[in-house]
Amino acid sequence: MAPLLSMRGIDKRFAGVPALTGASLEVERGEVHALIGQNGAGKSTLIKILTGYYTRDAGEIAFDGAPVAFTSPQEAQGAGISTIYQEINLVPYRSVTENICLGRESRRFGLLDWRAMHREAEALLARFNVHLDVRRPVMSYPTAVQQMVAIARAIGFNAKLVIMDEPTSSLDEQEVAVLFDVIRQLKAAGVSVIFVSHRLDELYAVCDRVTIMRDGRTVRVSTMSDLSKLDLVTTMLGRTLEAPAAAQAHRAGSAGGETLLSVRNLAAGRKVRDVSIDVRPGEIVGLAGLLGSGRTETARVVFGADRAESGTVSLAGASTAAREPADAIGAGMGFLSEDRKLEGIVPGMSVRENLTLALMPHLARRGIVDEARSREIVDRYIRRLGIKCSGPEQRIRELSGGNQQKVLLARWLCMNPKLLILDEPTRGIDVGAKAEILSLVRELSQGGLGVLMISSELEEVVEAASRIFVLRDGRSVAELEGEEVSEAAIMAAMAHGHDDHTGEAPHGRGQDDHAGEAIHV
Amino acid sequence: MAEAVAPVGARSAKAGLDWKTFLTRYGALVALALLIAVNLAITPNFATWQTLNVNLTQVCAIVIVGVGMTLVIATGGIDLSVGSLMAIAGAIAPLLFLGKLVPLPHPMVGVALAFVLPVLAAGAFGWFNGWLITRFRIQAIIATLVLFIAGRGIAQVMTNGNLQVFKVPEFQFIGLGRVFGIPFQAVLMVIIVAAAAWMLRRTVFGRQILAIGGNERAARLSGIPVGSVKRRVYLISGLLSGIAGLIVIARNSAADANLVGLGMELDAIAAVAVGGTLLTGGRATVVGTLIGALIIQLVRYTLLANGVPDSVALVVKAAIIVLAVWLQRQGQS
Repeated sequence: MAPLLSMRGIDKRFAGVPALTGASLEVERGEVHALIGQNGAGKSTLIKILTGYYTRDAGEIAFDGAPVAFTSPQEAQGAGISTIYQEINLVPYRSVTENICLGRESRRFGLLDWRAMHREAEALLARFNVHLDVRRPVMSYPTAVQQMVAIARAIGFNAKLVIMDEPTSSLDEQEVAVLFDVIRQLKAAGVSVIFVSHRLDELYAVCDRVTIMRDGRTVRVSTMSDLSKLDLVTTMLGRTLEAPAAAQAHRAGSAGGETLLSVRNLAAGRKVRDVSIDVRPGEIVGLAGLLGSGRTETARVVFGADRAESGTVSLAGASTAAREPADAIGAGMGFLSEDRKLEGIVPGMSVRENLTLALMPHLARRGIVDEARSREIVDRYIRRLGIKCSGPEQRIRELSGGNQQKVLLARWLCMNPKLLILDEPTRGIDVGAKAEILSLVRELSQGGLGVLMISSELEEVVEAASRIFVLRDGRSVAELEGEEVSEAAIMAAMAHGHDDHTGEAPHGRGQDDHAGEAIHV
Repeated sequence: MAEAVAPVGARSAKAGLDWKTFLTRYGALVALALLIAVNLAITPNFATWQTLNVNLTQVCAIVIVGVGMTLVIATGGIDLSVGSLMAIAGAIAPLLFLGKLVPLPHPMVGVALAFVLPVLAAGAFGWFNGWLITRFRIQAIIATLVLFIAGRGIAQVMTNGNLQVFKVPEFQFIGLGRVFGIPFQAVLMVIIVAAAAWMLRRTVFGRQILAIGGNERAARLSGIPVGSVKRRVYLISGLLSGIAGLIVIARNSAADANLVGLGMELDAIAAVAVGGTLLTGGRATVVGTLIGALIIQLVRYTLLANGVPDSVALVVKAAIIVLAVWLQRQGQS
């Protein structure tokens, strides 16, 4: 029997840049199919082409035995493809029926046919084994039930394929359990599910098969049971398991001595559950982990941008209960945020003012900004970091991404911090600027600065850091140092966490022969 | 989108040709100059001290409130309560210098208190606005709506809704007095505008105001005390509203809690918008607000002095605001 969905040789370019190259995806009837890949691997583009949100440049799609080319999400929905997004959108004060029938109300003589709609809602929920009074407002039911209502609404009666795009990212454990029940019921009813998630345990819990994408291509299709977590991670990240020997060279000078930053059992919200890390002066420490593992969230709590629920943070021996970033800055920290546009630059202000934003109070005499002194400092950093701009008074939004990032880096360097937290310092900047920024960071650490660096690019972390902490589902699960630091070891820790990683030999060399099998293209 | 801005070098090279940039930056000033030129040509007796003084006194309260509004808008906020705070200050002052609130050992004590306490009271209410906004993260438009509604009620309760009529020259100097022939309130206005413009340009506080309006999250991550800066800005807006309230009642020799500062929030916002301050925050000009208020006033005066009814003047005022906001858009894109 032909698969329910077959997408073959899909190409898509955005403004000439290929997002998908010959990508493929096949989903059998009644199958739960995982679709995974890093940010930018092309998962979302592929799904949006399927649902008619984008049009493909090349390739063919067959759904339910016939070639299709949907031109709008409504059309795809009509053909039986439902999509569930991360957030649950219900109208809390209205009844269950109203929520389920919103936008497709039954009418009789131009009036609402309540009896028909109540019947419809009850019948739909019965499919998911939910029996309740559909006349009561949605908000009067527990969250898990509300979630079922939302899912039922999205799926409707005629869905043959349900796409769940990171459905669990905002759910707690109990809600995830409910969702998994729904998925199993859908499967039992012969409905197929495409499940997009970054949480490996979940994939193994509910999925039958997996399609792994990387750089716009489908790199591997496998049944879940035939694929180890380690293989899955290495294939997704596109890394072999060889330990790059070259990277070990400049790692010698990792400073010993006292601890600069010490984080113990930090917890905050759902993303940070139990993180313990430390950084010594003159050391670059990497913080690695898959998407959603809590790296950025940890950094924000340490910096006081978000509130910690429990655990301790201390800098240079003194406990810093940073309630605001200002406290952390006062204690000697700096934080380069991952989102330059949203949290970094003040677009309408000049390079000079952006660079001295944190330093400004120290540059002032009786509250009046000393512009001459500030220009002196800015000139020095423009020269030292090679920032390309027409001058200190040029507006920062006119600069390229790499130069903006240098200005933001200089914003912290001019404060003479003890510890610098860099969250994705090279994201969205060109190769040249990337190398410059990394070598600058290395140079600074040799001068005694402690650096905590978050990066999704393993290569970058391995090359720069002398010690690496790996986070997994909000917990620090491994600490790798010296010889242990390798992409293979990091990936092993990402895949298995602390419990298994000793047993599964995270040390790269033992796994070399394994590597050949891991990558199938 | 933001990246699509022409490089600075190219802009300065052909500044003379780039009329859009020119208009965004100097449009308000050009409009004011044009208005004056037109008036010199068509309006009888325009170039007289009297005309200048009439126009200045009409515009003072709006400008003084508008300065506070400029700072608030520069942080990305808005203050709807300014008119009501004027009414509160205007209600308290006569109670003080008429001795209804506390017995006065000497009349001058009452006058002195009437200059200080009402302004402080309005400032306290302004700080309350900022506290609501920063403590509970309420949108500024909602938070200041509280006092927009309640403030006038408070003023009416204090005066039992009565009109307070008085004749106290020492107090009324703020609204009627002259220094070298120039109305004292105009002098006060110029001092306030100059101080605020300098503050916004040169001080840490001023630059932090603009940084918050430009990117609040970045400002917070750079250690700027966002909450305290905002509270201070609303405090200043309150204090300036209080001063404006005193000027208005002094000029009228009467305080009517129903009327003092009525509609002032809209006049002030209009002046700010016409002056070239970005309503979304991050770019602000206090001098622009002065010019904006002068334009609106002068258009109205021009039309009235040439026999056009006030109702038409309102429509023209609206048209000017639309034009100003359109010009801002051009400058941004």
